[in-house]
Amino acid sequence: MSARKPKLAVWKFASCDGCQLSLLDCEEELLALAGEVEIAYFVEASSATVRGPYDLSLVEGSITTPHDAERIRKVRRDSKHLVTIGACATSGGIQALRNFADVKDFLSIVYASPEVVSTLDTSTPISAHVQVDFELQGCPVDKRQLLEVISAFLNGRRPDISSASVCLECKRLGMVCVMVAHGTPCLGPVTHAGCGAICPSYNRGCYGCFGPMETPNTVSMTRQLRVLGMGDRGIQRVFRTFQAGAEAFSAASDSHG
Amino acid sequence: MAERRTKTIKTDYLARVEGEGAMLVKIRDGHVEDVKLKIYEPPRFFEAFLRGRAFTEAPDITARICGICPVAYQMSAVQAMEQICGVEVGGQLRALRRLLYCGEWIESHALHVFMLHLPDFLGYESAIHMAREHGDLVQRALELKRTGNEVMTVVGGREVHPVNVRVGGFYRAPRRRELETLVERLKGARELALEAVRFTSGLDFPDYGQDYELVALSEPGEYPIERGRIVSNRGLDIAVSEYDRHFVEEHVPWSNALHSRLSERGSYLCGPLARFALNAERLSPLAREAATEAGLDASERNPFRSIVVRSVELVYAADEALRLIAAYEEPDAPAVELEPRPGVGYGCTEAPRGILYHRYELDGEGTILDANIVPPTSQNQRAIEEDLRGVVERSLDVPDDELTLLCEQTIRNYDPCISCATHFLKLDVERS
Repeated sequence: MSARKPKLAVWKFASCDGCQLSLLDCEEELLALAGEVEIAYFVEASSATVRGPYDLSLVEGSITTPHDAERIRKVRRDSKHLVTIGACATSGGIQALRNFADVKDFLSIVYASPEVVSTLDTSTPISAHVQVDFELQGCPVDKRQLLEVISAFLNGRRPDISSASVCLECKRLGMVCVMVAHGTPCLGPVTHAGCGAICPSYNRGCYGCFGPMETPNTVSMTRQLRVLGMGDRGIQRVFRTFQAGAEAFSAASDSHG
Repeated sequence: MAERRTKTIKTDYLARVEGEGAMLVKIRDGHVEDVKLKIYEPPRFFEAFLRGRAFTEAPDITARICGICPVAYQMSAVQAMEQICGVEVGGQLRALRRLLYCGEWIESHALHVFMLHLPDFLGYESAIHMAREHGDLVQRALELKRTGNEVMTVVGGREVHPVNVRVGGFYRAPRRRELETLVERLKGARELALEAVRFTSGLDFPDYGQDYELVALSEPGEYPIERGRIVSNRGLDIAVSEYDRHFVEEHVPWSNALHSRLSERGSYLCGPLARFALNAERLSPLAREAATEAGLDASERNPFRSIVVRSVELVYAADEALRLIAAYEEPDAPAVELEPRPGVGYGCTEAPRGILYHRYELDGEGTILDANIVPPTSQNQRAIEEDLRGVVERSLDVPDDELTLLCEQTIRNYDPCISCATHFLKLDVERS
């Protein structure tokens, strides 16, 4: 029997690098992981690259250029399993705000010679281009969840990642509800768990950076935000930020503004 | 007839930098004809979609420009917004911001010194390859990096894109006992950083340097992090609000990151080397002593030795974090009350890679009408290209593969953050 180590690859598309940094932020586990897998492609961390096929590809970033739309197809062909990490790869990221505007206007705001910049009109998730085996949410991803996903795929099982809401995590931690007790608008009821309810633990309402939970009731959420005094514009903004391209949040933002 | 010889040295996807870039050097008949640092990281248009957003959203939105230095974006953004609102955030709230920023300096510098830059000096492809023979060194580096992340987690809520920063202060001021949990680890990190200074100062450095114009913040009585005037070694001394009068941004076809220059004099350099040269006497006594033992003084101009300067700043950041924690008293309120008003505001802070400038215009409701963000890597692009030219001119006899590595190392001296700069990087050497 071959003792070949599984090959891990990390790919970057349009992103802030924060999710792949989360892998390097696993300071205690990084060298152990490097003992279990061959880190075959991870340009941010290593100039050594090994050709595919890869057993597991982690993909960060969204598709925003014609070149990247081609490149993701090749990554898929070279990968046995492909997992997206983070909001950009999973729902288009904050740069998906261009999907609600005219990208030509955007180009001319930032660049003096817009004609030399190659870009698509939209920022789209990886799943809009190729088949994805698992999507890990978060802006950024949670590093413990990232390790769980890597471990699961290397061991041939499904990742144990809850699709419940942030509320559940918040309750489990025994925290006082910032919305009920302080009247602070909080997207916890409709937002995917995984962060560990960080914002409420800092007296702040959840701002939805992990994207929509499995079946979010955004209508009821919106009603509550209104009760707390938010207007159409505010409601549109909260759904249209870091997860603007996620279907449930995009739909909720479209009905306001 | 003499044969004309041209050749190209290139790297299509630069490794161990943050983001996507390439390098191209063209050599014709023994001289450097062209040098390009190509940044092809796709643009993400932050300045465009900030228009129409609420001023309170700027710290969280701009943090997403960079996962390596989100705190720098948050700090420059809040400074600009608070200026427009006419409030000053001082006392323990300012101390907490500085503490959070120290965490980011430790995390980012430890990442660059050990995981991105040191493999060049020791001849490895990555820190993970380096760990096979230098396991203990890499373990200690990871411990140092982890300390930075712990500071960011306690003060900011998490290490990447902290949630606790707001215009006016914080959502929740940490309890004294929360900060005290960091003390032992920071003391350990300070020792590790002192070892890093000793270790990196003993590396072999190419003999290289230029008479750069060095630009950094300057604030009496403290090493610059989250505030100060913008100064240079050639007499520049301006308030942050005067930035646009002295610096210009240009769009060059080979880069998705705008190039910056001083309108009167051209290229300049920002980052650790500039900060240190202009502020060495403001380091803590321990960091200053470490710098002196490492043979560094304010006249240091060798960009390859920036790895030693970063290590000195690691000592400082750990030392300063400990000082801030010792002096910490829980503030009465986590944030200063403020109301938006129409106007233009400016923010500039020292990101790990150098000065990060923000300018915003707001209307009376606090809606952002215009935003301009100039990250340090944009500002260093010209200096990087000039260094590439200078290094290759001195090394024309070096074989291509070695020259390519040397060029890559030259770029990595700057710890370029391409995700930042596009709002990046890729190396081609062509010889004719």
